[in-house]
Amino acid sequence: MTSADTAVARPDEAGPPPAGPPAADPGAGDGRGGQAGALTRILRRPALGALLGAVAVFVLFTITDSTPQHLWLTQTGFQAWAQQAAFFGIMAVPVGLLMIGGEFDLSTGGMTGFCAIIMALLVGNEHWNAWAAVAVTFAFGAVVGAVNGIVVTRSGLPSFIVTLATYFVFRGLSVGGVLKVNHGSTSIGLTGTDHPGLKSAKDVFGGSFAHSSGLPVGYQTGILWFAGVTVVAVWVLARTRFGNWVFAVGGDADAARKVGVPVRRTKILLFMTTSTAAALVGVISFLQTNTAVSEQGVGYEFYYIIAAVVGGCLLTGGHGSALGAALGACIIGMALQGVIYSGWDSSWDFTFLGAILFLAVAVNTLTYQRAMRARR
Amino acid sequence: MTTTDDAPMAAPGAAAPALLEADGVGKYFGSVRALSGVSLSVHPGQVTCVLGDNGAGKSTLIKILSGVFTPDEGEVRVDGAAVKFHSPRDALSAGIATVFQDLAMVPLMAIWRNFFLGSEPTKGWGPWRRFDVEAARRRTREGLAAMGIDLRDPDQPVGTLSGGERQSVAIARAVHFGARVLILDEPTSALGVKQAGVVLRRVAQARERGLGVVFITHNPHHAYPVGDRFVVLNRGRLLGDWAKDEIGREDLVRLMSGGAELDALSHELERIPGLEELAPDPAVAPEEQATAAPSEAVHAAPAEAPRAAPEEDG
Ligand SMILES: Nc1ncnc2c1ncn2[C@@H]1O[C@H](COP(=O)(O)OP(=O)(O)O)[C@@H](O)[C@H]1O
Ligand SMILES: [Mg+2]
Repeated sequence: MTSADTAVARPDEAGPPPAGPPAADPGAGDGRGGQAGALTRILRRPALGALLGAVAVFVLFTITDSTPQHLWLTQTGFQAWAQQAAFFGIMAVPVGLLMIGGEFDLSTGGMTGFCAIIMALLVGNEHWNAWAAVAVTFAFGAVVGAVNGIVVTRSGLPSFIVTLATYFVFRGLSVGGVLKVNHGSTSIGLTGTDHPGLKSAKDVFGGSFAHSSGLPVGYQTGILWFAGVTVVAVWVLARTRFGNWVFAVGGDADAARKVGVPVRRTKILLFMTTSTAAALVGVISFLQTNTAVSEQGVGYEFYYIIAAVVGGCLLTGGHGSALGAALGACIIGMALQGVIYSGWDSSWDFTFLGAILFLAVAVNTLTYQRAMRARR
Repeated sequence: MTTTDDAPMAAPGAAAPALLEADGVGKYFGSVRALSGVSLSVHPGQVTCVLGDNGAGKSTLIKILSGVFTPDEGEVRVDGAAVKFHSPRDALSAGIATVFQDLAMVPLMAIWRNFFLGSEPTKGWGPWRRFDVEAARRRTREGLAAMGIDLRDPDQPVGTLSGGERQSVAIARAVHFGARVLILDEPTSALGVKQAGVVLRRVAQARERGLGVVFITHNPHHAYPVGDRFVVLNRGRLLGDWAKDEIGREDLVRLMSGGAELDALSHELERIPGLEELAPDPAVAPEEQATAAPSEAVHAAPAEAPRAAPEEDG
């Protein structure tokens, strides 16, 4: 303890020898080096656990793969889990940011389904231009997030409760509302494909790319959206003022407020990010399948939270990684598909995910504690 | 002695108006008078210590100086001109930076992220406007070095620093952002002897850089070595204001301990069987006595230290 204290701020530095260099020239070669140990630096990376986990899960299913041509290691296998990962990851990444910012959003899963329903109603029933429907759906997502954020930051109620309420409101609407406007059916589909703007909107949100002889169906564009969301989130978190504020409002909102961080605005923007991402997933899912079903997406909020936590985001806020959350989504995608490729009963999905969650949290907590202690 | 006229202060820089002055300020919370008729002044390159027991009104006074409260009576002057601060931001833009007891730092965040939190340097335009991470790291290093703090690793989370280091970083941050007056609220009270010494060294360093420092403490052994003036509060009122050559350490200790009041108390306690050990000078805890020696050494060192700062005008 004490030796570390003196090593960091050495008492003799205030009064150096008269002819000496200016006090405390950093890196004035006194043999202590300028950096923390390499191990400490690596342990401090919150995505480390998720990276190791993703590699482990990938290797596991490479071994247990029981398909005739060992499809797990081919484009087919990659496409299967990558698409699944994208479906969860587009949400897991913003949910991770929100968690770093110290808040939860339980309405995310239900919101993805509700936004798909809005798309279906506007395009299928109201015959809107698909792009106009996309714009309205995104705007709707942003407004819901703003409401969540404003209520949470103004009322001081836990976001857990506020967004649970939002979740139930939209879950009810997605059943009752749809039954009412859709004449007693819970599924809304498109009839015909000649809706205005539909083809180009499908190309952007629900299309596919990189068709090849190895993979005639190609990859869904959702994968690109997932990659894009991840890159932007990593950049924002590491390299923008807003990113600095996200860590601060989750780590210590009072301290952040005192140094002039707009705490409320930061949190509201984070809620808007998750709900707008939910709109994106809703748009993608509707344009991929041409249908939307009541209660679609309900329950997925826990997958997003699992991915973020596996990715090293601290449940209590202030620490975490967007890349980690993306890797967490990849683990979930691999787990769900790997169980199928291994020929196991898919009821084991949940057990498998639970075990991963537990392991990841244990590893993350240990490395995190080590990094916070390390003062070498 | 309690005059607000700063002319008789035979201190360096006495010709210039005080950087920051409080003139007869007071504050009421409902019917509770937390502070009344208190005056003090801070000059460049001087440390004004504010001493007083718990509840004496020290925090209330510095909250007035730092713009958290507006005074119910009296006025605050900066460079001789009356000012009205409505928020800590106002005070900050007048060059008055306050390091509050809780430091306003986020423990989980790296030192350099904390250093610039809320005032992040940016580069680029429009959507490419971004946090200039390299500049932030470099300037954090420089800012710490200028205050004589050498941290190996600015990526270290603030929560892994010791109490003294954390205070030091907070002080260096205030100095780096161009503070002319630094207000420190009980920066040493939660620290052990050694860590308190580290912080006192920063106080001396800030003084050497020509800042005016308001140093709040209830420990005369921490105040005496670094202080140039001593303002003592008691139950919201000014007990006195002395220059260093007008008061000795022993007087200050006695004042702080409540003088006669505590003498009476110790007599009373002496008569209670089993409490004898409390009787001799109850004001000075053993821990505080131990603090005295190192902090005196601290005071001596910076006086002859070269000025480390390349950019003194900040
Ligand atoms: N916000 C407040 N509301 C009511 N009373 C207060 C408030 N802040 C301080 N006081 C009272 O003012 C007096 C001085 O408090 P304070 O300035 O915190 O003293 P110190 O910092 O010297 O311990 C105390 O009696 C305290 O109870
Ligand atoms: Mg106080």
